[in-house]
Amino acid sequence: MDMHVHDRRRFLALTAAAAATPLLAACGAGFGGDDNKSDGSAADDVTGSFDWKREKGTTVKALLNKHPYTDALIADLKSFTEKTGIKVEYDVFPEDNYFDKLTVDLSSGRASYDVFMLGAYMVWQYGPPGWLEDLGPWMRNSAATGAEWDQADFFPNLLQADQWSLKAGAPLGQGGQYALPWGWETNVVAYNTDVFKRLGLKPAETFDELRELAGTIKRKAPGAGFDGMYGIAVRGSRSWATIHPGFMTMYARNGLQDFTVEGGKLTPAMNTPQAVAFTEDWAGMVKQGGPPSWTSYTWYQCSSDLGAKKAGMLFDADTAAYFQAVEGASPASGKIAFHPGPKGPDGSLATNMWIWSLGMNAKSKKKSASWLFLQWATGKEHLLKSAITHNHIDPVRKSIAADGAYKDKMRHLPGFIETFETVVDQTKIQFTPQAQFFDATTSWAAALQEIYGGQGARSVLDGLAGDLADKVG
Amino acid sequence: MGWRLRLRPYVLIVPALLLTCGILYPFGLGLYYTLFDFSASKPQPDMVRFENYETVFTQEAFWNSAWVTVLYAVGAAAVETVLGVTVALLLHRSTIVGRVLEKILILPLMIAPVIAAIIWKLMLQPSVGVINYLLRPLGLGGVQWTDTPTGALLSSIAVDVWVYTPFVAILALAGLRSLPTSPFEAGAVDGAGWWYTFRRLTLPMLWPYVLVAVIFRFMDSLKVFDIIYALTEGGPGDSTVVLQIRAYLEAIRFQRYSFGISYTIVLWAVVYLAAMVLVKHLGKIQRKAAEVAAK
Repeated sequence: MDMHVHDRRRFLALTAAAAATPLLAACGAGFGGDDNKSDGSAADDVTGSFDWKREKGTTVKALLNKHPYTDALIADLKSFTEKTGIKVEYDVFPEDNYFDKLTVDLSSGRASYDVFMLGAYMVWQYGPPGWLEDLGPWMRNSAATGAEWDQADFFPNLLQADQWSLKAGAPLGQGGQYALPWGWETNVVAYNTDVFKRLGLKPAETFDELRELAGTIKRKAPGAGFDGMYGIAVRGSRSWATIHPGFMTMYARNGLQDFTVEGGKLTPAMNTPQAVAFTEDWAGMVKQGGPPSWTSYTWYQCSSDLGAKKAGMLFDADTAAYFQAVEGASPASGKIAFHPGPKGPDGSLATNMWIWSLGMNAKSKKKSASWLFLQWATGKEHLLKSAITHNHIDPVRKSIAADGAYKDKMRHLPGFIETFETVVDQTKIQFTPQAQFFDATTSWAAALQEIYGGQGARSVLDGLAGDLADKVG
Repeated sequence: MGWRLRLRPYVLIVPALLLTCGILYPFGLGLYYTLFDFSASKPQPDMVRFENYETVFTQEAFWNSAWVTVLYAVGAAAVETVLGVTVALLLHRSTIVGRVLEKILILPLMIAPVIAAIIWKLMLQPSVGVINYLLRPLGLGGVQWTDTPTGALLSSIAVDVWVYTPFVAILALAGLRSLPTSPFEAGAVDGAGWWYTFRRLTLPMLWPYVLVAVIFRFMDSLKVFDIIYALTEGGPGDSTVVLQIRAYLEAIRFQRYSFGISYTIVLWAVVYLAAMVLVKHLGKIQRKAAEVAAK
């Protein structure tokens, strides 16, 4: 009997040890999976003359966000396969889940996807852990990159937006090229020409005028035959995406900054007296002339309200208005015009941008084929075709912006080309690059909601700045 | 005793052992990670021992989230219990209408909570939503349901109630139908009224079933994520950021993995303690119910 008990204890002890082994092994293995790093770039392995067929027979896996730009890419994929012999498999996710999927996938340390869509802000999050391939060596290697790719053809501010030294607060345009601009958006005002005509209004040239205009439309438009119309559609959900379009554009035009940088140390600047006054005014504009249920507004609602004639104006991405403005796309199509939006007190038209970029997984086992794909997707041939025959507008290349067929296509949209040409050189990332961007901007959006809800702007923004100082500084 | 016979008990516990390891391994690993400062910006982290927990408990954001979580869980569980039991009592009188309603009642349970939240988000939309459209004749058509902190919390609770009240009703109905008939027959013979019968017989014997529903609903509501995230994303401000949402934002959105897991461990401890207390009460109530039935 004693022997039996002894045996059972020994069995349980051995079993417990066996069960604990993987736990201990996992602990010993460290965090984040495989961490093999190499100082050299895989681009150095590509030698000889440039050849599109170099990786014939390879399959590249892409993760894509559901977007009209993506539709244009998918429609043209056959051309890529014919040109290179490389097959592209892809997954498409809606934007609500896209970045979570990408973040989880990259942080797993595996190469499930070789290439993917990302924004410039994501470089600040994905760059420091080493998840993104530095594309600089690939771009500089003439064996890997064809001469017709023509790097100089990109708008310089777009290429620079995806370059960073990975140091918090360091300006963009230095360090590695962690993604390539593929499609972008500039944030301007789009408006319903019908309501402007009927009420005798003109686009606002100052922020005060914009606030006034938004309130006027909300008060007068329903009586002038525009049932349920409000003044201005701007984003309001508790998300980083609320801060970066209209709000950050107007914030920057007022000469305001998110952080000040001194000696590599970041200090939150959302609570300076000028920033507090601006934020109060912005929340006031939304209350007087913004959408009902603003705190749930994403770009989808803003865009569709403009298209449904529910919003008199939209201060957001020009593409958000464009998708409603094209013929037959919405009840307001043919009645939407574009304007650069209000200037800052000193006449500034500084504009914040969003870039849909393409990046490469640093863990990809098919970097050479992936680079050929990125080269093709950001090349003149595909982008011109996508701009003319699909809705891949706001070209990242100067040659496409100047192309006659592209201009002919866009000319029927009142003010689109003029607005684009007015702001293109002043559009850049207006945020300070730093890895806590998403925390900072999500908290900023929450603060904006609280101010909209009636809390004091000064105390809310002081609280935000104090909170962020610990995390970012 | 042959070696096969001696081995049999150990072989029989293998599935349970594997299941236990499958549960404990990720849990243990998560617990272990909370002792480090593991984040995307620090993939090779230092051991910080209990620093993450210290930070969690000293954050105003945590206490706000804890308070919102408790408000939500208590509110949702209480309303669902009262409504669910009421519905069960009404359906217990088995008429044709009752039987039809029973089938309809189960519909919300077949819809994923996140989808239910999206449907409700559209219905609560102030300008085009059907709720304000229906309220317009009463002069209440302009309510901005999720734009204020109180409105957002109440709206989230309302969606939870819509989805899960049928769950409570079904459990309570099953309980009602399994109660012994003799105490009720004795009561009827003694001329007991409906209210007296309900208070002294039905409710005491039904309590174990109700409490099981409360335990499930309270624990689930403490862990809520989908309904609130789809409806308000935690806003306006931080007014509906429950602990699960805070953990998700920290771990996934902001990539502070250790810190995010610390939130989930704290939440686990809260749920575990709440469940222990409720289960302890369940035993007592079951004994009382048995005594009533035996009388």
